[in-house]
Amino acid sequence: MQKLLILFLFTVHYSLFNSVSAQDATALVMKVKAKLDQVSDYEADGKMKTNVAFIKAPIGKVKIFYKKPNKFRLKKDGGISLLPKGGVSVNMNSLVTTDEFVALAAGEAMVGGVKTTVVKMLPTNENSEVVLTTMYIDETNLLIKKAVTTTKENGTYEIEMSYGKFASFGLPDKVVFSFNTKNYKLPKGLTLEFEDNEKPLTEEQKLRNKKGRVEITYTSYAINKGIADAVFK
Amino acid sequence: MQSIIQVKGLTKSFKNLTAVKDLSFTVHEGDVYGFLGQNGAGKSTTIRMLLTLIEPTAGSIELFGMPLHTHRTEILRQIGAVIEKPDVYKYLSAIDNLRIFARLSGLKPTDQQLMQQLEMVGLAERAKDIVKTFSQGMKQRLGIAVALIHDPKLIILDEPTNGLDPQGIADIRNLIRHLSRDLNKTILVSSHLLNEIEQIATRVLIIDKGTKLVEGAAAELFDPAQTLVELETLNNDAALIQLQQSKWSANLQPRRTGTLLIKLHRNQIPDLHKDLAGMQIPVLSMQPRHSLEDYFLQVTSAQHAHTH
Amino acid sequence: MRTLINIELYKIFKRPRTYIAFAAITALIVLIQFGLKIDGQTYVDFMLNDIGSTLEIDGNVLNGYLVCYIMLQLLLVHVPLLIALIAADMISGEANMGTLRILLSKPYSRTSFMLAKFIASTIYTLLLLVWLAFLALFVSMWVFGTDDMFLMKSSYVVLLKENDVFWRYIGAFLFASLAMTTVAALGFFLSVFAENSIGPIVATMSVIIFLTILSTMNIPVFNTIKPYLFTTHMISWKEFFDIQVTESNEAILGSIQNKDRILHSAIVLIIHIIVFVSAAIVVFKKKDILS
Repeated sequence: MQKLLILFLFTVHYSLFNSVSAQDATALVMKVKAKLDQVSDYEADGKMKTNVAFIKAPIGKVKIFYKKPNKFRLKKDGGISLLPKGGVSVNMNSLVTTDEFVALAAGEAMVGGVKTTVVKMLPTNENSEVVLTTMYIDETNLLIKKAVTTTKENGTYEIEMSYGKFASFGLPDKVVFSFNTKNYKLPKGLTLEFEDNEKPLTEEQKLRNKKGRVEITYTSYAINKGIADAVFK
Repeated sequence: MQSIIQVKGLTKSFKNLTAVKDLSFTVHEGDVYGFLGQNGAGKSTTIRMLLTLIEPTAGSIELFGMPLHTHRTEILRQIGAVIEKPDVYKYLSAIDNLRIFARLSGLKPTDQQLMQQLEMVGLAERAKDIVKTFSQGMKQRLGIAVALIHDPKLIILDEPTNGLDPQGIADIRNLIRHLSRDLNKTILVSSHLLNEIEQIATRVLIIDKGTKLVEGAAAELFDPAQTLVELETLNNDAALIQLQQSKWSANLQPRRTGTLLIKLHRNQIPDLHKDLAGMQIPVLSMQPRHSLEDYFLQVTSAQHAHTH
Repeated sequence: MRTLINIELYKIFKRPRTYIAFAAITALIVLIQFGLKIDGQTYVDFMLNDIGSTLEIDGNVLNGYLVCYIMLQLLLVHVPLLIALIAADMISGEANMGTLRILLSKPYSRTSFMLAKFIASTIYTLLLLVWLAFLALFVSMWVFGTDDMFLMKSSYVVLLKENDVFWRYIGAFLFASLAMTTVAALGFFLSVFAENSIGPIVATMSVIIFLTILSTMNIPVFNTIKPYLFTTHMISWKEFFDIQVTESNEAILGSIQNKDRILHSAIVLIIHIIVFVSAAIVVFKKKDILS
């Protein structure tokens, strides 16, 4: 409760005294949006790696489809895939496609050795699943380097992006989702495991266990080639 | 004559019981060797030692002139045996059982040969039936067919008439005679019934509590001159006095119980009858038996007394 | 020796009891398959309940590979009982039927009889496993299809690529053969001591059940003796379905996490088989046949 109050006061403080910055921030987001708007659809191939302490999974091939304004689908190339709940569907494009937000400048920060402008985005729609998104924007290239999104239902997750060939479209080469996971444990009686030679986890491991990561590396994009709506069903 | 079985000083002790004690005997080629003794006298233990089912505590066994413990396989190849109950695989048919045991003896008989064997014991019609459905007599005959399938030189039959009806007993008797006379087999047959052995054996061994009581040729042991008559009258003491004064006085034997014992040749029995009638002795019963049987009975009753 | 083995096999496969095991396995597997086909999603949802709150699992989780794993997990506790039914009867059954004395008065050594009987029970055990593999793996693959294998272990989950699963099953079944042969050896050993079949069958089952419970219970006192129980090693077939990961937590295709444990367990089981069978032979050679 106290935290919420502080957050509230903090936000109010920003909107009152940094209204100029707020204006700038909105403009910056709009610029980024304009850049992203070049892409009306894309189909991408990628490799997905799930890195969660309690999951042992191989790298899987995925196909990603996007169509304006907010259609998004991640399709695995056969097999079983593990995705952070509700997380992957929140992509950069959909983050900024809507105009229903208030953008607040929140200073600067370094992300991966690049200086970024920090922008806090608050949805104005009360029904929005997203509560708050903090974006780290590379102002020179108009690229979102990192975004931290807090949702109502699915907790907070972080998206970090690196760019390469498709930077001009604002499309990343690699996306890393970080999210919180619960500790995983099934009773041995249920899994019928007998041997008990696990070492107790160290505090550090326990902490690490609470963070999950999903990395998607894009190998190719087919941009603006047109995609049937059926793909998203 | 070659000795087929030669047993010397055979002893078998179980935890708290000596089943066979210093037993020695010899079975010669062509013998029908009667092995007599009460139930529990040590017959089965002895037979099992001959077949290597039981390890002797002491003593030596030679079969076909070879020590058993060094020539086991060679010896067992030449023996066919029915030990106690004629058990075979109940869930298999008669012919399948026969085939299995033939193969275990190193043979690969054709179905025709197997059928011939079954025919010999009168089971040809039931060849394909599961043994579970067989009567005791049929099982016994199948057991014998199994024992004979590999044409062994020595046949060991342990209590072959147990549980059989009179016809079955007669069948077995005839079969043993046939095997001995026509096929020249050496046969060791055990029983607890003297009259069974008496009718077929050429030699007899009687054991009791694991030790030998008597061994000898049946012709001698069953000598008609050694017939004993047990006589019971209304007044045995009065009868005794009368007999002592008659020509039978020399034949009178010491009394064991109340009855009188008269030893004579079998042929004299009608004469004794006539005399008893002449002396007006009121006879209740008159039981003739040969001395071996008497001996056997004595052992039995002694044992009986022992157990009570 | 060949003759003896053939005769033993002939006897095994001529008796109705032998087919009880095959029928039981068939009934169990078909029942589980039917259940999972009808209501498998409930089972999967239950298993995924915990992990599903943070992760979305997309794909055909309940495919033939997982179904087979679930069944092996259940059945490899039951199959020993079916093996005991035959193996623990090998000697005692003959003693009970009265055929042992005829058998042993045939011109073969007792050692060769024992070896033939043990080999025959092993062949029976293997055939039972082949039948199990056919039903649990191949029929499940046909009924439920194949896909990646999503396996939930007690402290982590493993995702195996579809093309990285089948060879693991071959390994698992080979290992299971060893485990089940150990059961056969135990039953065989116990069957030497009795003249009825019920005793050794029940004794074998009881030993297996008792030790399995000891192996399962996670109580510190028992944990020290667990490594010495062969039942603990019997489930090492599961190790075939655990994969190694790289430094960055990426599964390495075709790898096994605890190869050493599989090898170690296999050696422990082989030693048990040798000890049980040799002990059975030694005891039996000295035994007076009184049945």
